[in-house]
Amino acid sequence: MTGTGSLVRLILRRDRLVLPLWVLLLAVLPITQTAGIAELYPTERGLREFAASFGANPALVAMYGPFTHWNAAALGVWRAGFTPVLLGLACLLTVVRHTRVEEETGRRELLGSTVLGRQAGLSAALAVAASANLAVALVLLVSFTGAGYPVAGALATGLGYAATGMVFAAVGAVAAQLTESAGGARAIGLSALGVAYLARMAGDSTGASWLSWLSPFGWSQRMRPFAGEVWWPLALSLAAVVLLSLAAYALAGRRDLAAGVLPPRLGPTDAAPGFGSPLALAWRLHRGPLLGWSAGFAVFGAVVGAAAKAAADTMAGNARLMEMMARLGGSANVADVFVASVLSIFGMGAAGYAVQAALRMRGEETLMRAEPLLAAPVGRTRWMAGHLVFALLGPAVVMLVLGVAVGIAYGASTGDVTGRLPGVTGAAVSQLPAVWSLAGLAVALFGLLPRLTALAWAALALFLLLGQVGALLDLPPAALDLSPFSHLPKLPGGEVAATPLLVLTAIAAALVATGLYGFRRRDVG
Amino acid sequence: MSNVISVSGVTKRFGRTRALDGLDLEVRAGEVHGFLGPNGAGKSTAIRVLLGLLRADSGTVRLLGGDPWKDAVELHRRLAYVPGDVTLWPNLSGGEVIDLLGRLRGGLDRARKRELIERFDLDPRKKGRAYSKGNRQKVALVAALASDAELLLLDEPTSGLDPLMEAVFTDCVTEARERGRTVLLSSHILAEVEKLCDRVSIIRDGRTVETGTLAELRHLTRTSITAELAGPPDGLADLPGVHGLRADGGRVTFEVDDDRLGDALARLAARGVRSLTSRPPTLEELFLRHYRDGDARTASGSTRTAGGDARSVNRDARPVNGDAGPVDGDARAASGDAR
Repeated sequence: MTGTGSLVRLILRRDRLVLPLWVLLLAVLPITQTAGIAELYPTERGLREFAASFGANPALVAMYGPFTHWNAAALGVWRAGFTPVLLGLACLLTVVRHTRVEEETGRRELLGSTVLGRQAGLSAALAVAASANLAVALVLLVSFTGAGYPVAGALATGLGYAATGMVFAAVGAVAAQLTESAGGARAIGLSALGVAYLARMAGDSTGASWLSWLSPFGWSQRMRPFAGEVWWPLALSLAAVVLLSLAAYALAGRRDLAAGVLPPRLGPTDAAPGFGSPLALAWRLHRGPLLGWSAGFAVFGAVVGAAAKAAADTMAGNARLMEMMARLGGSANVADVFVASVLSIFGMGAAGYAVQAALRMRGEETLMRAEPLLAAPVGRTRWMAGHLVFALLGPAVVMLVLGVAVGIAYGASTGDVTGRLPGVTGAAVSQLPAVWSLAGLAVALFGLLPRLTALAWAALALFLLLGQVGALLDLPPAALDLSPFSHLPKLPGGEVAATPLLVLTAIAAALVATGLYGFRRRDVG
Repeated sequence: MSNVISVSGVTKRFGRTRALDGLDLEVRAGEVHGFLGPNGAGKSTAIRVLLGLLRADSGTVRLLGGDPWKDAVELHRRLAYVPGDVTLWPNLSGGEVIDLLGRLRGGLDRARKRELIERFDLDPRKKGRAYSKGNRQKVALVAALASDAELLLLDEPTSGLDPLMEAVFTDCVTEARERGRTVLLSSHILAEVEKLCDRVSIIRDGRTVETGTLAELRHLTRTSITAELAGPPDGLADLPGVHGLRADGGRVTFEVDDDRLGDALARLAARGVRSLTSRPPTLEELFLRHYRDGDARTASGSTRTAGGDARSVNRDARPVNGDAGPVDGDARAASGDAR
């Protein structure tokens, strides 16, 4: 344990921007939701109506967990129900980043040769995660009590969040011991997170509630903040944290530095026959994310599609909600509106994937892995083309998978698969021009302003914000029109308009061409 | 003149820093050319300009008769490159990387690949993330050496290799030269350069400060003198061209610029020389001099080229034979100062 304190300071120094950012961002989401609901529904009647319509919506129950109480704070916390997943994700990645990544890059070795205990790295990462989770709890406590909500509910929310965060920090600690590669550790941790979320989702939406009791997300939700708090589920989380941490320490104590518990797999001596082009290399680099995104979209698409009809039936009674949804989704058929609004959210997700895939080029360049190819007889355009195939067609595959998954599930629930499938698939695919324009922006930045490629993420965040709150905040149309997603026809249900799709595609093509031109003319590295 | 590489007056800036500042480099067909310089001198930048990865701000660059920026793809068919810091894809095995790079260059000789893997004692099944620095270097070396490229650009290729592998590398480069390949070898390992290189260019602060064969470089510079004198070495310290004078009783050691050698010897002779040892500077001394006090030289802006410099005239009339042991100082000194 010697040296843990110094390592904690090192982590805080390295993460001095990122750590406070996610702590604050995630911690304020519940109070923001609560305040928004309290403002939108100032009366008890309004809140009850809102609660009745949303709380019975199986899709929302699946996504956020079971509904507990109609008061604004309980509703707000419920609506922020995805936040613990993000918190778990952040904790998991933070712990892997400061343990396995350090070992993989060899930096840990440098530090390990100084006066430093074997377990100091693990201890420091867990200590930082614990502090971050306590900070989240504190912000939740202060923000809710400050706004006049009961202390007990605020405390239950805060402790529930912190406990969930710590469980996944400990999951990250175990995963980091297993594989030699940080990527492998992340994949194991993310799978655990995904299984935990799906277990809760399945438990809450099918009535097999024992499934939810297997999930850390279920434990914190069953503390029922602001709805008659129950404290003992906290013990489950704490027990899991203790057990997982002990396991991580035991594994760390038994293995060599930089080695994993699972033996690394060897690769082939010779490459497969077709492996000899920038495109073949791009496939090897991009296939993991492509498969991951496709699988994720297929699962979530099926859940959402299956819930669409039920959601429509419960929403049909709520005029105010209908009006809001119509503004987001654009049609009178409630189920169509629901599907359209969900597809547009998934479209944003696909845009995130597109930006990630496009910026892979920048990653390859800064890691000096573009150099060996460009020093071989591979032109710059040909090298980029390999990655562009995945940045542009990857999102197309993902949206197609989504469309088919939603279409089949939605069609099955209405007994009309052949009728629903083409429309829903088409609607999913119609998101692509907006997705491509963000990919195009990333490519153009890569070609012209490689140091500023992060702006592509900033643009996506802005468009996401405009899409989610813009309509509710009554922003001027000019501001809303900034987002390519605002120009898309609202499908299914809305009118098919080819012009905006063509214009957006043309803009995307122009941006990609700019990026190609820019990269041909600039220095590499 | 069959120059494989000819670079003249190339400058390259990154923001406010000048990475290359009037670089000249001539590499002749079939030679192994040593490319030396301290860290940050611009060696890697120069190689990346030659690869067309960076665009020179001014000056001319010709590589294999083409323009490395415009004709990059065509030229790259004829060369192979080993970067100074090899990074591999974490999920590709070493064998896959070797095959990928080989196939991009138009196919590689399987038998030769296997032979090189054996010689370098490389496990080609390991994934990129599992290799040590030295092993990553081996992957890049095998990929480059297994190719049929006529020009090899090697940027500190042995920096992570153990002495045994360095020897293998030396053999491979020697074989490459025997097959008529041209090699540009940037290196810090002087023994390697002395063993392998026909000609050498030393760069500092982005410009060439010396170029020529090792023999020429040695003759151009200073000679190290150790002498036993009958009396104290008065006046020697003030003599222009004398450096690093150390006197211990009657024993003096110093370095002297070659064009001042005669003066120095005359001064020694006047003190009564009992014994005298002179030897040409080692490459290491040459290096250290350029690394340490190159500032004064680069400030003057001149690039010295062996054979083209006035001072090299006295090479033939060199008074003290380089490798000879103690010589009869009195006699030589008298005749040596002919100028």
